[in-house]
Amino acid sequence: MRSSIFLVCVMCLSLTQIQISMADLVDDTCKQTPNNDLCVSTLHADPRSATADVAGLAIIVVDAIKAKATATVAQINTLLGSSPDPKTKNGLDSCLKKYSNAILNADIPSALEALQKNNPKFAEQGTNDAANEANSCERSFAGGASPISSFNKSVTDLSNVASAIIKLLL
Amino acid sequence: MASSPLCLLLFFFSLFFGHGFVPLEASHKVFLHLQNQSPSSLKTHQPYRTGYHFQPPKNWMNGPMIYKGLYHFFYQYNPKGAVWGNIVWAHSTSTDLVNWTPHKHAISPSQPADINGCWSGSTTILPDGKPVILYTGIDPQNNQVQNMAVPKNLSDPFLLEWTKLPQNPLMEPTSTNNINASSFRDPTTAWKGADGRWRTIVGSKVNRKGIAILYRSKDFIHWTKAQHPLHSAKKTGMWECPDFYPVAINGLNGVDTSSIGKNLKYVLKLSLDDTKHDYYTVGSYNRVKDSYVPDKGSVDNDSGLRYDYGKFYASKTFFDDAKKRRILWGWINESSSVEHDIEKGWSGVQAIPRNVLLDKSGKQLLQWPIKEIEKLRANAVHVSSRQLKGGSMVEVTGVTASQADVEVSFKISDFKKAEALDPSWSNPQLLCSQKGASVKGGLGPFGLKVLASKGMEEYTAVFFRVFKGQTKYEVLMCSDQSRSSLDNDNDKTTYGAFLDVDPVHEKLSLRSLIDHSIVESFGGGGKVCITARVYPTLAIDGEAHLYGFNKGTESVEITTLSAWSMKKAKIN
Repeated sequence: MRSSIFLVCVMCLSLTQIQISMADLVDDTCKQTPNNDLCVSTLHADPRSATADVAGLAIIVVDAIKAKATATVAQINTLLGSSPDPKTKNGLDSCLKKYSNAILNADIPSALEALQKNNPKFAEQGTNDAANEANSCERSFAGGASPISSFNKSVTDLSNVASAIIKLLL
Repeated sequence: MASSPLCLLLFFFSLFFGHGFVPLEASHKVFLHLQNQSPSSLKTHQPYRTGYHFQPPKNWMNGPMIYKGLYHFFYQYNPKGAVWGNIVWAHSTSTDLVNWTPHKHAISPSQPADINGCWSGSTTILPDGKPVILYTGIDPQNNQVQNMAVPKNLSDPFLLEWTKLPQNPLMEPTSTNNINASSFRDPTTAWKGADGRWRTIVGSKVNRKGIAILYRSKDFIHWTKAQHPLHSAKKTGMWECPDFYPVAINGLNGVDTSSIGKNLKYVLKLSLDDTKHDYYTVGSYNRVKDSYVPDKGSVDNDSGLRYDYGKFYASKTFFDDAKKRRILWGWINESSSVEHDIEKGWSGVQAIPRNVLLDKSGKQLLQWPIKEIEKLRANAVHVSSRQLKGGSMVEVTGVTASQADVEVSFKISDFKKAEALDPSWSNPQLLCSQKGASVKGGLGPFGLKVLASKGMEEYTAVFFRVFKGQTKYEVLMCSDQSRSSLDNDNDKTTYGAFLDVDPVHEKLSLRSLIDHSIVESFGGGGKVCITARVYPTLAIDGEAHLYGFNKGTESVEITTLSAWSMKKAKIN
């Protein structure tokens, strides 16, 4: 009886150790990114982070980019549907291509496959490009009047975090 | 020769605007009719598609693997899009390494050992002449394993079909061999030791230490991991696409991978995952210990010697038995955004194959484009003994400036204006970025401006600067892409390297192969190579220009300049 209680105690302690280790991994990893707070909050929001290795953490952030990019496309389409002025429309059209074709249809799938199959430099290429596309989108509004600045900033920030995590795998 | 009206017009324009343009005498004064892009499934105007570099009709490519005889080129290909993914082995053949015929894919996922991907590998020619392929497969658990494929029909000269061994994988991470299953890839061309056993190395890492895992085999099917790696280096990260081969000391020819002899050095090249640079060392191969030792003084990390100081990765050599030379292939990816790649419908080209030899110093390699590429030259323009005064430019007319081959040689007579080289200026790439082509100097910058627009809004500059070092004059070679395009969505990073040439006693030579969106430059006869990707918006096709320039204070002499239009090759 005592031995089984002892065993249970040992197991509880072990599990607690594992949980602490995983939490350490999130902290240790996020410290090495340019946006520690964003990194931590993004990872903690996903239950997979409790048991993920570094590649797994990168996948979580890439999924977050995907979600944000999807929301950006929705927002672009909403704005396009509200008869924007020509300059804004040009910018929105350009951004739609960058988000739909490049980020969602190419960068994200390529990065996810690369992380799943452990060829991280191609994942890095994908997340670096996502940040570049978001920046380029922001610059495509004449006179700097972007209606989707916060979306572009989120995608850029998340992409930079993802790239930094991926760099740890190279 | 009488100047054509067109040249005269240029002359008058230059006088009027005071640029000091001087028309060079040309043997042909007319602009070559610009070849049209060959029909392809891509509908839009393709200003960046190359005329004579290896690339598939569309989508993504990288990674070279080759077999000789009829030259074969196998490459990593994504049939579904212009980014990496869904990788298969695509296949083309050539009789001359210049014109290529595409074939069906050689290897695609089909057995558990490669069901999730057919990644890079190498071909080995067995003593009986039979080629075999060793390659990395991704198994159902996404582990990296090594597999083998052999030709289905040896009497088919095109080797269209390949049979995978049912025993695959032949090398794999296990619970006892401590191999990192997510970092185990790119088996090399195998070599036979004096004991008759085959050896191959596979790239890997242990934490941040890059290692070349060594395997040995008697029959090429059963492989045993050696106790020690062939070589390793701390803090270099994952080693991809390792390449290990002998070179002849003072040799004029390449050497077979399995050669054994006294007059040989060895080269180990690694592709660094972290920095995307291919670096190498020259050293010795201890056959008793089966280990490689770089020569004393070698820099065995990313700061060491590179095949190319620009865009050049996942390279691989093969021994061309027919012409007794070692040939280097390298993958040049895009410097454009993925959105642009999707629009144009393709991504990635191969460098022009290069002949590789050991420099007579024994300390580095020399590379030079294969001679066969010269058959594409047409409409030669020659100049000799021309002073290029400080602050001047000369246009090279009479060639298709967007698809050209240029060789120029400079002689410096007066060194007194050379600026002192600050000892802290040790990073040549940084130095080239800070002192680009538009920054006036004492002795330099002088060189070429390629893919230049008429009003110089866009140009790519490849040039030299000569500095006074502590004990001798130092030559910096740069490829400056900062003004290459008005489109800011491109990566316009500048590249540079110090060139080991003595400008007091030797001429400074530069060759540039220009092909729409790629500029491959060779300094000092191939001592420094720099490849760049550029995407001009104005300097396209007939609107591209070619100039020699000198933005230094001191005059330099062009001892010779030769330029040719390059004809379009038949590529895939």
